[in-house]
Amino acid sequence: MTRINSAAELEELRQGILSKKDPDKPSIAICAGLSCLSLGNCKVIRAFNEEIRKQSLESKIDVITTGCHGFCEKGPIVVINPEEVCYLEVKPEDVPEIISQTVIGKKVIDRLVYTDPNSGEKAAHMTEIPFYKNQMRVLMGNNSKINPQSIDDYLAVGGYSALAKALFEMSPVQVLEEVKIANLRGRGGGGFPAGRKWETTRSAPNEVKYVIVNAHEGEPGAFMDRALFQANPHSVLEGLIIGSYAIGSHQGFIYTRHDTPELRKNIDLALAQAEEYGLLGENILGSGFNFKVEVHFDVGIFVSGESSALMRSIEGKAPEPRPKYIRTSVNGIWDRPSNLNNVETWANVPQIISKGSEWYNSIGTDRSKGTKLISLSGHVCNSTVVEVPMGTSLKEIVYDFGGGIPNGKKLKAIHFGGPMGGTIPESLIDTTLDFDVLSKLGASMGAGDMLIIDEDTCLVELARYFLDFLSGESCGKCVPCREGIRQMQNILTNMTKGKGKEGDIELLEELAEVIGAAALCSLGRSAQKPLLSMLKYFRDEFEAHIKEKRCPAHFCKEAALEGA
Amino acid sequence: MSEIILQIDGKEVTANKGMTVLEAAQQAGISIPTLCHHRKLDPYGGCRFCTVEADVRGWTNYVAACLYPVANDLVIRTRSEKLDRIRKMILELLLAHAPDAFDLQDLAKEYGANKDRFEKESSFCIHCGLCVRYCTEVKKQNAITFVDKGKTREISFIPEIASKECWNCKECFPLCPTEALQAAYVLAQALVFPIPSLESTPKE
Repeated sequence: MTRINSAAELEELRQGILSKKDPDKPSIAICAGLSCLSLGNCKVIRAFNEEIRKQSLESKIDVITTGCHGFCEKGPIVVINPEEVCYLEVKPEDVPEIISQTVIGKKVIDRLVYTDPNSGEKAAHMTEIPFYKNQMRVLMGNNSKINPQSIDDYLAVGGYSALAKALFEMSPVQVLEEVKIANLRGRGGGGFPAGRKWETTRSAPNEVKYVIVNAHEGEPGAFMDRALFQANPHSVLEGLIIGSYAIGSHQGFIYTRHDTPELRKNIDLALAQAEEYGLLGENILGSGFNFKVEVHFDVGIFVSGESSALMRSIEGKAPEPRPKYIRTSVNGIWDRPSNLNNVETWANVPQIISKGSEWYNSIGTDRSKGTKLISLSGHVCNSTVVEVPMGTSLKEIVYDFGGGIPNGKKLKAIHFGGPMGGTIPESLIDTTLDFDVLSKLGASMGAGDMLIIDEDTCLVELARYFLDFLSGESCGKCVPCREGIRQMQNILTNMTKGKGKEGDIELLEELAEVIGAAALCSLGRSAQKPLLSMLKYFRDEFEAHIKEKRCPAHFCKEAALEGA
Repeated sequence: MSEIILQIDGKEVTANKGMTVLEAAQQAGISIPTLCHHRKLDPYGGCRFCTVEADVRGWTNYVAACLYPVANDLVIRTRSEKLDRIRKMILELLLAHAPDAFDLQDLAKEYGANKDRFEKESSFCIHCGLCVRYCTEVKKQNAITFVDKGKTREISFIPEIASKECWNCKECFPLCPTEALQAAYVLAQALVFPIPSLESTPKE
């Protein structure tokens, strides 16, 4: 690899890469996202490589292993390019036939393509499958086209052109303004305007400033950031470099989990390749701008995703949050201004710089712009990651993308935002995806993790489960969080065992008030949110457990309830 | 140092920049109750017992007085119905662990806290961190620390350090509002202190 010293050289390199790629040469893109890996795609990849070797087709067919394509329920997924023929649930024994029939013979194998469960209609191409067709895959669209471990693949789809534009055609302030006008709001949970946050860090007096990618996705049900980062690490990195330029930072950090080795490998490779090309380090693209990135790992506790705890962790200290009125954008790592955004937020930045704020503002609702990654899980036919424009109705997400509720069950509720989010009932299914609308209903979007709940689920048990998770993942420093959560969990556990007492709900509400007001950090102050939203919409279910010793969802063991 | 004027419980209070609300209140003779605070130690903000109401930009925030910095025109209330409810609940939560701690019992009387509200789990320790912080900040020995996280967090002596440093110090003992600290020490001592250090100790 040679170092690139100007925007023109970058374009030259890109043209060189593209000219070496024959657009008609067949290439087989095999999804190696987490879900497909666990469905045994290793064997499929091996089978393809062996078959190609056996038939001496190495020079005629490319095989690339890509990141997550999204349709996880139907994995392992194989896409045959350039025709974009999409095969689902591929097994190693299908491989010889795929090569002879589709790759060489250009014929579609009917048995492997998508069949609509209702109409029975077949769809062979990715662009025809309703699951893909109806999404707006701005961030995830390239996942099936690139090998995440190859920077050349990213360059081939236009990668780093936004960075060149920012560095050579725009001043840092212009970049900042563009992001502000685009109304990009943080995707990590708060929905805080990213541009305003950047501005605070930019105008903070300290010379040394930091920018950070929060890739510490830790709550149950959230897996979109990992899907995106692992599949297209350079898109996040490019956003980070552009952000550092706008903010005036020369040191970035990527904070991620210690237990995601596949992601770690892709991040490390992306950083090394970007540095070799001169897209990171000293004098980036010959612009005179310097920027370095370090990767840091957590120590296995959920609270280290909280902004101030995360920064302490980077300092090498125990990840205990600091009080909220210390603004990390001014006093962050080593008390220096530090701007933190999550994976998805950073990945939006190159898109905004390339296509402009006007384009970005044309997607979404009044106050929530752009697309949003949603990780769907729970009682839904397709557990998956989808990318939809803000303003999409929840009904569409659950039924059109999620494929509805399995086993003929009825939808009962939708839970957003994991253990610090909220639940809304089925009756509000026409609600649209929007930071403020959802937050008003008591179910803030969080990072975009949507848990689908069917009629057989007991919400007392679900509330208990979330608190159980938090009681182990809190740092344990402050009394309201450590002790309050523990007692709420005890009360709910008793309820599920038929030992609920009159006054329990009131006690829960009293505890919720204290935790919400007096806990030290946002983990504690949000811990009561799921429970409060469930009490708002499903209070009778809690009352039935106490007064009638009955679980309306028939989940809590009847015998235990009656015997109490 | 520049002077700052704020209001605490309707009274105009003068403070210096960099002071906390608790310091400003103490200087003005206004009492704010605390559990984990100690004048020799850095503010900690763990017990949240000193929570007060702070009016900032039209919003009422609940903040820990021991950490919250003073600012001009800040309006602070140290008592309200909600604050009393918060403090009562904090006491009740802690009394489940340490029902016999005198400090807690005294405060329980004042705030009407019921020590039997929650099921007892007498681990004794209330995690105020006075021992841990005193050892770290004043003695600079780090012989005692917190281990684990969430609801399983507890204090623990580091045997290798404790066996050398603690016998002749024990300055943290009187700081403890409960019996937990001494118990943890006795346990650490029984399990791991090397015999020579026991032999060399003066007979009491």
